Amino acid sequence: MKKKVTSMMTIGMMLMGVSMTVWAASHMPPQVGATLPAMNLQKPADSGELKYLGLSGSGMFSPDQVKGQVLIIQIFSMYCPYCQKDAPNVNRLFGLIENNPRFKDKIKIIGIGAGNSPFEVNTFKKKYKVAFPLIPDGDFKIHQIVGEVRTPYFMAVKLNGSKKPEVVYSRLGAHEDVEAFLAEVVKLGDVR
Amino acid sequence: MRIKILVATFVICFFASNALALSEAYKENIFQVGKLKPVDSVLKVKVGGKAPDFTLKAVSGKKVSLKDYTGKKNVVLSFVPAAWTPVCSDQWPGYNIVQEMFEANDAVLLGITVDNIPTLYSWTNQMGKLWFEVLSDFWPHGAVASRYGILRSDGTAERAIIIIDKKRIIQYIDVHDINERPDLESIMRQLEKLR
Repeated sequence: MKKKVTSMMTIGMMLMGVSMTVWAASHMPPQVGATLPAMNLQKPADSGELKYLGLSGSGMFSPDQVKGQVLIIQIFSMYCPYCQKDAPNVNRLFGLIENNPRFKDKIKIIGIGAGNSPFEVNTFKKKYKVAFPLIPDGDFKIHQIVGEVRTPYFMAVKLNGSKKPEVVYSRLGAHEDVEAFLAEVVKLGDVR
Repeated sequence: MRIKILVATFVICFFASNALALSEAYKENIFQVGKLKPVDSVLKVKVGGKAPDFTLKAVSGKKVSLKDYTGKKNVVLSFVPAAWTPVCSDQWPGYNIVQEMFEANDAVLLGITVDNIPTLYSWTNQMGKLWFEVLSDFWPHGAVASRYGILRSDGTAERAIIIIDKKRIIQYIDVHDINERPDLESIMRQLEKLR
């Protein structure tokens, strides 16, 4: 009887170990070199933003549908003081990309508002005059997929056409030196 | 006993995840409170009733009384449970960028917790410079929260939004699930009704 209980406990421990490994993996930010986890994002209502992403219509989209070579994904929240402070820097990053023919149409940016409703995302967008698409994530679904990271968090994903999108950059924190960040993204994403 | 410990570990690992997108502004300084009983008090005020007056010390050094706003401004009371906790830390910084929305509705915002002034000073400093007054209901402990019927059994306040019009009549009460942040749009829609 004692042997049986011990065996059951051992099996239970092993199962728990496997489960905890799976849990830990699902609660970590996407790692460099890994495939970006699947996620469904709300398409922007604005036609200019849809065009910027190379999308059409309404409904949902996945990051690999975005037209370009590299997609920068910013996880932010309108309730995050650092995201508020960093907003002008990210706007400047967007300007550096859009005003440079070497990068325009090749590097795209989206922001995902973790726990933010469409109203809250639009509030942030208006307040900081953000010109790139900001996607609401009111129920934290995307936030959970990307490992419940603190904000702001930045990822750069190499869009490989028919292949799965590969994470080439994944880091917590704001960027004061956006030129250096852009140069790193260009290098890591092999933007040509 | 060992089995109980194993089961507890399993449950904690699977269900005690971070439900809010915490800002890097707070680094590792936020205390994880886990999932709490959504509401743990019984309201003593109601919509349509006169809001009980109070005078509390603010982080700014002022003494703020509710009656100071009577006849002048609508008032939004934002009670939050405690400084340095996850949801609370991700609530007021959002209100800090919508001052214009409150002003457009002729309203002021008063943030209230049961923490003392030094704690509130340190905590709110991480949020940037706040445009609204942050009041301490520390002593007598939670007296204002208690008068409104939103003092929880552990001595913290509920996460509550109470909107009071210029006649000091309560127009809206949301004693929110303490584990979640109230939706900003709902607050603004309620304020717009007072125009």
